[in-house]
Amino acid sequence: MKHEVFEKNSIILLVGILIVVSIGGLFQIAPLFWVDSTIEKVQGMRPYTPLEQAGRDVYVREGCYNCHSQMVRTLRDEVERYGHYSLAAESMYDHPFQWGSKRTGPDLARVGGKYSDQWHVEHMVNPRSVVPESIMPSYPWLMTRRLDAADVEARLKTLRKVGVPYTDEMIANVRTDLAAQTNPDSRPSRELLKRYPKAKVAKFDGQHGVPPTEMDALVAYLQILGQLVDFAKFDAAGPNLR
Amino acid sequence: MRAQGWQLGHPGDTAMADTREGLEAFSDVLAVLAAGVFTLVGAIWFFGSSDPAMSFHGLLMMVASAIAGIYVLNVTFREKAAIAIGSYEPPEGYFDGPIKVTVVAAVIWGIAGFLVGVILALQLAYPALNFDLPWLSFGRLRPLHTSAVIFAFGGNVLIGTSFYVVQRTCHARLAGRWSPWFVVWGYQLFIAIAGTGYLLGITQAKEYAEPEWYADLFLTIIWVTYLLVFLGTIWRRKEPHIYVANWFYLAFIVTIAMLHLVNNAAIPVSFTSPASYILWSGVQDAMTQWWYGHNAVGFFLTAGFLGIMYYFIPKRVERPVYSYRLSIVHFWTLIFLYIWAGPHHLHYTALPDWAQTLGMTFSIMLWMPSWGGMINGLMTLSGAWDKLRTDAVVRLLVVSVAFYGMSTFEGPLMSIKAVNSLSHYTDWTIGHVHSGALGWVAMVSFGAIYCLVPWLWKRPGLYSMRLVEWHFWISTLGILLYITAMWVSGITQGLMWRAYDSLGFLQYSFIETVEAMHPYYVIRAIGGILFLIGGFIMAYNVWRTIRGDVPVDLAEQPRVAAAPGLRLQPAE
Repeated sequence: MKHEVFEKNSIILLVGILIVVSIGGLFQIAPLFWVDSTIEKVQGMRPYTPLEQAGRDVYVREGCYNCHSQMVRTLRDEVERYGHYSLAAESMYDHPFQWGSKRTGPDLARVGGKYSDQWHVEHMVNPRSVVPESIMPSYPWLMTRRLDAADVEARLKTLRKVGVPYTDEMIANVRTDLAAQTNPDSRPSRELLKRYPKAKVAKFDGQHGVPPTEMDALVAYLQILGQLVDFAKFDAAGPNLR
Repeated sequence: MRAQGWQLGHPGDTAMADTREGLEAFSDVLAVLAAGVFTLVGAIWFFGSSDPAMSFHGLLMMVASAIAGIYVLNVTFREKAAIAIGSYEPPEGYFDGPIKVTVVAAVIWGIAGFLVGVILALQLAYPALNFDLPWLSFGRLRPLHTSAVIFAFGGNVLIGTSFYVVQRTCHARLAGRWSPWFVVWGYQLFIAIAGTGYLLGITQAKEYAEPEWYADLFLTIIWVTYLLVFLGTIWRRKEPHIYVANWFYLAFIVTIAMLHLVNNAAIPVSFTSPASYILWSGVQDAMTQWWYGHNAVGFFLTAGFLGIMYYFIPKRVERPVYSYRLSIVHFWTLIFLYIWAGPHHLHYTALPDWAQTLGMTFSIMLWMPSWGGMINGLMTLSGAWDKLRTDAVVRLLVVSVAFYGMSTFEGPLMSIKAVNSLSHYTDWTIGHVHSGALGWVAMVSFGAIYCLVPWLWKRPGLYSMRLVEWHFWISTLGILLYITAMWVSGITQGLMWRAYDSLGFLQYSFIETVEAMHPYYVIRAIGGILFLIGGFIMAYNVWRTIRGDVPVDLAEQPRVAAAPGLRLQPAE
């Protein structure tokens, strides 16, 4: 066929381009929606609590992904530095994914449980107070900004629409769960833990008698990262898949 | 008088004039309606959104659309009055007004984008410069930098040059009466909404696709209009063949549309909430994002700018493109292979191995068409290599192609899994991006801008060719400082992360590797400052040229520097 056909007919050229540029994406993206390794469900994974999700939204808003990855690669030094390599299932409820592309700061995929809540709060307010050589910006405003419960509720409902399996019960209790997670040893917090196993309940920002702040939310989110799958029991061959 | 056709030099008749009048009336009505709808939507967001940032965006949209609507009405009524008294002269010739807007916008956004880049570079060296303020913190400024340079600076250059090139190579006036204006001004409004949104914390947190759903939808409307204007102009062409530069522009426009729609598919929390959630999650979202992300490089920053190369280099050196056959092979292989390269951003992650291997393989294959294109651009200088010495604009264009060759060699190298295990997550990636973005995209854009300004504003030449020399050398020096600093810091950090001591423990804590980066971050900032100074030099030169100041070194400028009507014929 002579190339003239394309050069003399804009619609044939346009269709030709569309076909040629569609092939790669179809081959690479479409199968990820059905091959086992990318849609497997792993024991322990659950949707984020309202407070954790609110924290994730703060993480997104502040652009943390510009400097922090959440993806431990299958390399020896990374596994030794950060922990078990990341599974696809571990970000299955992440809209959007936050794997990142740059480590100006360390990977955060398994940061949960590594530091105390107080450390995180001080680190956010002034990173150099706990890590003198740090080049991270300070985030003091998170201490004073309150969470908007109605907004969190609307956001969880939207997440359900894009496929996160929040139950009716979870949606009905968004507001109580949001408050409960910063109210340890209370009855609502025990209810929360039934709905969201392994959630950490604490007054994260240390400001007692104050409604949940963005700092509470962000620290709650950081503390759950990498905590949901129990790698002492996990077996990639499959018996622990649910 | 009214009988002029709207194709260039096409003598019309009365019937044609009637059709034209009907079409003009139709497009006037459509333009006013569109402005009305956008004003209304803006008003809903302004009055209806409880989020102050979105409310501000509603205000922006409402005011801009209302002004546009009033302007269209005003022009329409004035034309009607002119027709009534018989003094109306229909527009003819090339439609260059919107292109002038993009050229000026590109210069302004370019400087803004470089400036934010310098601030970010300094923040990494001196974190106190984040000033503990939300809207100045690194995480919010970085998307502002990337979007400003890629979409605001680069985008305006692409829209402007594509409108210029498609008219000249088709010998046809740009299609549409208000549409090109809508594309150009609508795009500036999109940039303003997206950019201020980042600072106020409105983001999707997907790299190079940060604008939220409402900005995305607005951009979709602009982009479809852009495609129609471009295609419409091609349909009016008087040349049987569509010129090669237009293939690249067309591939850029349609592929970006496809990528934008799929990668940004999201459900908003509500019509008056700025937040939305992406349909995809986890590994599927990662793959979609980097299919988008790498092809923003492949189609926005490569195919589009290759369109510039294929028009402006032959024009400026007054030689035909080196090989027609090579340009065909270059075009189809480039667009076919590029789209597969995305997974090389996800090596050793939870993305399945087969996808990673495909990404790597196609990235390596991509080296060939990239260098084919480079050769086609460089060899166009055959018989005119002396112009490299005598015309600084040619030097900008040619060095940009050389940088293109260098980055497109480095890219495939970094996509090899073994190399990537070291380079990924480090500054090497940042250096690679900037050798492409500063060396290729910005330099070829500077070259095109220096060509376009005298051509569009009908000047005998640039205000000063010596300032172009200064711009060239100062930005080249800046780029070299930048990329060498990032090579060293990236490879150093990658090696430190994987270093083991004699007892088999990891040798360095993470923070030690951060500390080691400091000197390179300072050098990088200096490189960025030099590049920014180059931007200011260009802005000054462009401003003096547009103002119509007498060139200070006209004798040193080649005849192609002048606007087409003002060129001296070469001596016999």
